[in-house]
Amino acid sequence: MRGSLFRKNLVTTLLLAPAALWLVIFLVLPFIAIAIFSVGERAPEGGYQAALTFAQYANLPARATAFWNTMVLAPIGALACLLVAYPVAYYLALRAPDRWRLILLAMIVIPFWTSLLMRTYAWMYILGGRGIPALLAYVGIEDLRLINTPGAVLLGIVYGYLPLMILPIYVSLERLDRRLLEASADLGATPLSTFLGVTLRLSLPGVMTGFSLVMILLLGEYLIPTLLGGGKVFFIGNALVDLFLQSRNWPFGSAIAITLVLVSVVVLIIANRISTRLSGARRVDLI
Amino acid sequence: MTAVPDIEFRAVTKRYGAVTAVSGIDLAIPPSAFVALLGPSGCGKTTCLRMIGGFEQPSEGQVLIRGRDMAGTPPYRRPVNMVFQQYALFPHLDVEENISYGLRQARPRLSSRQISQRAGEALSMVQLAGYGRRKIHELSGGQQQRVALARALVNKPAVLLLDEPLAALDKKLRTDMQIELQNLQREIGITFVLVTHDQEEALSMSDFVCVMNGGRVVQLGQPSEIYDEPANLFVADFVGKTNLLSGKVAGLSGGLVDVALADGTVIAARKRVPLSRGEAVSVSLRPESLSLSAPGGGSLKGIVRNRIFLGSTAEYAIEVQGIGSLLAKADHVIGQGNLFKPGEPVAIGFAAGAPLAFPHTKNNGTNQREDQNAEIVS
Repeated sequence: MRGSLFRKNLVTTLLLAPAALWLVIFLVLPFIAIAIFSVGERAPEGGYQAALTFAQYANLPARATAFWNTMVLAPIGALACLLVAYPVAYYLALRAPDRWRLILLAMIVIPFWTSLLMRTYAWMYILGGRGIPALLAYVGIEDLRLINTPGAVLLGIVYGYLPLMILPIYVSLERLDRRLLEASADLGATPLSTFLGVTLRLSLPGVMTGFSLVMILLLGEYLIPTLLGGGKVFFIGNALVDLFLQSRNWPFGSAIAITLVLVSVVVLIIANRISTRLSGARRVDLI
Repeated sequence: MTAVPDIEFRAVTKRYGAVTAVSGIDLAIPPSAFVALLGPSGCGKTTCLRMIGGFEQPSEGQVLIRGRDMAGTPPYRRPVNMVFQQYALFPHLDVEENISYGLRQARPRLSSRQISQRAGEALSMVQLAGYGRRKIHELSGGQQQRVALARALVNKPAVLLLDEPLAALDKKLRTDMQIELQNLQREIGITFVLVTHDQEEALSMSDFVCVMNGGRVVQLGQPSEIYDEPANLFVADFVGKTNLLSGKVAGLSGGLVDVALADGTVIAARKRVPLSRGEAVSVSLRPESLSLSAPGGGSLKGIVRNRIFLGSTAEYAIEVQGIGSLLAKADHVIGQGNLFKPGEPVAIGFAAGAPLAFPHTKNNGTNQREDQNAEIVS
């Protein structure tokens, strides 16, 4: 008995070892390094110099704009994504004819096969001077600036992250027991009350999964603000690139990175709490 | 019956593409009755129930509830409630919220005091007082069944629809619930329409049984009528156990027919439809109408092959030369060792009115059941 138990444990250990090793080397160790950097000082020639100070954290307000932009545009972006994604997911899961469903789902996923960089780059042209504003100029609407505005960044966000929002919502709606909808109608609920009282409530785990997924990725977003915000709409991700690669202030960059991780964790916990409470589910799938 | 029927079907047909699930049904369900729609899977019984509930629309004909044509009326405006198969309780709501779900939809709105009072009454009606705050997944199958009942009945529907409500319960619980459902129906006095494929359940619970096959109503009657006077071979075979013996009409005398069985024995049988001399027939003989005795008397002779002792009764499989295997059922009387043993020869007798002859046509024959299963979805 004891021997077989030992062997079972050994097998489990061996199976888990590669993943654990990977996480330790590429996640835990770098995280510790960043945490240590964040209480250090910038060496005179750039980089890191050992110290124990919280000066970097005290200096966070210097990058308040980046935090502000991220903290405002990330939730708004995730919300905008949600508003566009829900009807699409609803149609796919509950209304689309069976033989179309797979094709429609594929059409949502296929853009992923092209790099986000290329697709966002395309938007630069669509929104830029020779794109939509040029077309609008023909009908007399002049001097409209779309590129390098928060609106352009928001559009890029919705465009880039929509599939990540649609898929988890689709999955939760797909799993929805259709007889619950019939039961609701049978008990006198109009289609709207059924949607609010049953469909929406039971798809909340999917909504929260999609929302936190998009939100967390947005907190570290760098590409879309750079291309569509033109350096005017600055995210934390942009601040990090600047601090680590340009001004080589590693300790300050590390302090910002640590703060970002903490914020992400808090967002995740809150999202998890809300969806568990509202759906009555005992378990929430995060992917 | 002069009262307006609670449920009435007028020439109702339902098609799904090329498949006809229900074809031309006329049916009136009297008020305050417990009615079972009984039939094999695919006979159209569930489709009928769903048309009453409003989840399906008839392709042709009308469904009336208390005399009102329900065409175009969505489920949420119909005065009926359904207990769904596997209950379809809301997993995100607790027991009381499930039960008060319908009350919250009522317009004009009910006060929250009325709602909680009625929900409380419904809970005690199904003996679940004190369970209001439980989550659905914390309940046993039988308790979930009761919640589903309370959730439907709390709305005081004109008719309660039950879709195979006991299928998910174990045998002991099922028997208890059968009695409870019967009591509930008498107490509340509204019409219950039960869909089931279990003939025992249909016979034991309901005032009327509506036997369906191939999208049609084959027979409507009281349980004893259905059992004793089956309308055709299908009903005789589907409801209860029976022996079917094939033979030919050898003669007609008064209301009876003389049937020559495969081994040459001629027996007198009652008939439900006119039969002509020489016609191929099947004779139905219920196992309990057969009596066994020591060789010598009786109409048929056979050898006991198997004995299944069931306590109050014993069932025997008896091999009869030229006819095949017959099932006989005999009461067991304590102290009388009248049990026949496998291998023993016996004489088989039956009461004069017991055999019932049916024309042996494919249309209402027994093998039609399998055919229907294959082509009609329920």
